[in-house]
Amino acid sequence: MSTSEEPKAPGLLDGRFSPTRPLAASGNLFAFALDVLKALPKRPFQLREFIQQAWFVASVTIIPTALVAIPFGAVIALQLGSLTRQLGAQSFTGSASVLAVLREASPIVTALLIAGAGGSAICADLGARKIRDEIDAMEVLGISPIQRLVVPRVLAAMLVAVLLNGLVSVVGVAGGYFFNVVLQGGTPGAYLSSFSALAQIEDFWASETKALVFGLIAGIVASYKGLNAGGGPKGVGDAVNQSVVITFILLFAVNLVMTAIYFQLVPPKGS
Amino acid sequence: MGVAVEVEGLSKSFGSQNIWSDVTLTLPPGEISVLLGPSGTGKSVFLKSLVGLLKPERGSIVIKDTDIVRTSEHKLYEIRKLFGVLFQDGALFGSMNLFDNIAFPLREHTKKSESEVKSIVLEKMDMVGLQGAEGKLPGEISGGMRKRAGLARALVLDPEIILFDEPDSGLDPVRVAYLNQLIVDLNAQIDATFLIVTHDIGTARTVPDNLGLLFRKNLVMFGPREQLLTSQEPVVRQFLNGRREGPIGMSEEKDVAQVEAEMAALEARGGDSHNGVGPKGASGGEAVPPQLTPSEGLPERQAERRRQERVARMLHEFDETTQAAIRQSLPGELLAQADAGVFAPTAGQGGRHWAPEAGASATTVLPRSGGSS
Repeated sequence: MSTSEEPKAPGLLDGRFSPTRPLAASGNLFAFALDVLKALPKRPFQLREFIQQAWFVASVTIIPTALVAIPFGAVIALQLGSLTRQLGAQSFTGSASVLAVLREASPIVTALLIAGAGGSAICADLGARKIRDEIDAMEVLGISPIQRLVVPRVLAAMLVAVLLNGLVSVVGVAGGYFFNVVLQGGTPGAYLSSFSALAQIEDFWASETKALVFGLIAGIVASYKGLNAGGGPKGVGDAVNQSVVITFILLFAVNLVMTAIYFQLVPPKGS
Repeated sequence: MGVAVEVEGLSKSFGSQNIWSDVTLTLPPGEISVLLGPSGTGKSVFLKSLVGLLKPERGSIVIKDTDIVRTSEHKLYEIRKLFGVLFQDGALFGSMNLFDNIAFPLREHTKKSESEVKSIVLEKMDMVGLQGAEGKLPGEISGGMRKRAGLARALVLDPEIILFDEPDSGLDPVRVAYLNQLIVDLNAQIDATFLIVTHDIGTARTVPDNLGLLFRKNLVMFGPREQLLTSQEPVVRQFLNGRREGPIGMSEEKDVAQVEAEMAALEARGGDSHNGVGPKGASGGEAVPPQLTPSEGLPERQAERRRQERVARMLHEFDETTQAAIRQSLPGELLAQADAGVFAPTAGQGGRHWAPEAGASATTVLPRSGGSS
């Protein structure tokens, strides 16, 4: 045995603060994402699991989403209400509110909920299975956990994210209308008639595309962290925590990039 | 007939921590082998490496001409269908009842109709004595039942290699005895290759055809059960007799002087045979207790005859006490053949002592009935 093959004594840092460690971690996550994409077209498609998971993710996210969307829409309406009055542009309150909710508020709320509620549930479920050897047992039975468990979950997260985004848009706009018209004494006719003054249909598609991508990222990160949980029940807790934090960071970064691209691709209305 | 598993020069580390290195052993087809070792010597890691869940850095594991250390992910999934694995706690899917758990591999891998699935599942549940528990969830049953359900699930795809990760952990001695009998009975019925990882010396003494011991990141010994049971190797003797005197310490290795002092004290008390009873069935000095035989009404273990021939071939490699112990287990005609020198040394075969030699009469009369492959 040459000296280089001698097992090294564990050092103080033991690679824990190695500069390449974050690179390796993100590389692993990316490789996992590629594995998921590769497994996507593989038959048989797990329809049952997909429906169950879509239902599950929806059931843990719908009510919190609606409850978050109402105050979110209200805050925007309140801010815009006073701002437009100062600027003398009350007639555009409705359109600005729609624009803000549709373009930013709704994907962000969706991102928070799909990562915080849906992703954490997926991660905890897979993590618990992992530490009880269920995932290993499945692999040993010759079944790929990625195809059997992860693909349906990622697709379910994507579907639910898109639907949630629609829900948030509706609830947010309705909440904005309620606060502006009922509480701030705005004129209902002006609010409604200015609806489409600034917003356009591309805004809606962009918003839904964002939600789709957010669902994909949240599903993949949650599954990755869940399947790599280790070290007993504490490991699962850590994995859930990390999955939510990582997803948040990624989603906000991706949101910035997608918004920037959107403004390059779609000209604002009237210009 | 089960398939052989040939492990060659296998080494595994996690980061800079070496688990074991240069492990070389062969699980002969259809035989029962037990792998022993103090806690934390990487026995479970070894099992996981065998099924390709962990990738060792060096060495090879050859099953049916495929090296599963280096094969593609796709091929690995195919090879895994040969395996049945009983995990420590059964590793049942918590969200499914026992019937669905056991039916799971069938539903995923075969296109059998639901009635066929049902008949196979019920047959396997009957085999492990779980009739009537189909509707129970894994959380509602005892540890012993979970293990047996895990075993039933490992059996449904008719595996050729079955791995047991501590089948005795968390069970009372009576249930362990039943489980051991079940293992021997299963081996007689399906003739698959068995590997059991355990701490239970009672199991190690009575169940297997072959015994191995992992210690200090190495495979100390692997061979016919008589080889380890009669071995004078200090680590083996200490482990099989479950005593504190010897090289294995509580957490670290002991220094040589201390070990020598302990051994002298032990000898002064009369050695292992007067050392009383150790935990987990560890006692009995260097006696070789009779092996468990299949229950009445079951066919004879086909591996038994194969093993006898294999061991007769390698008889000349062992020391005298081991030879004497092995001789007692061999039928007269094989002994006569071995003594007459019919069996040429098989050293060149890389440890494959069942490898047929051209012209050797013993192989031509091998009773391979039922072995279709």
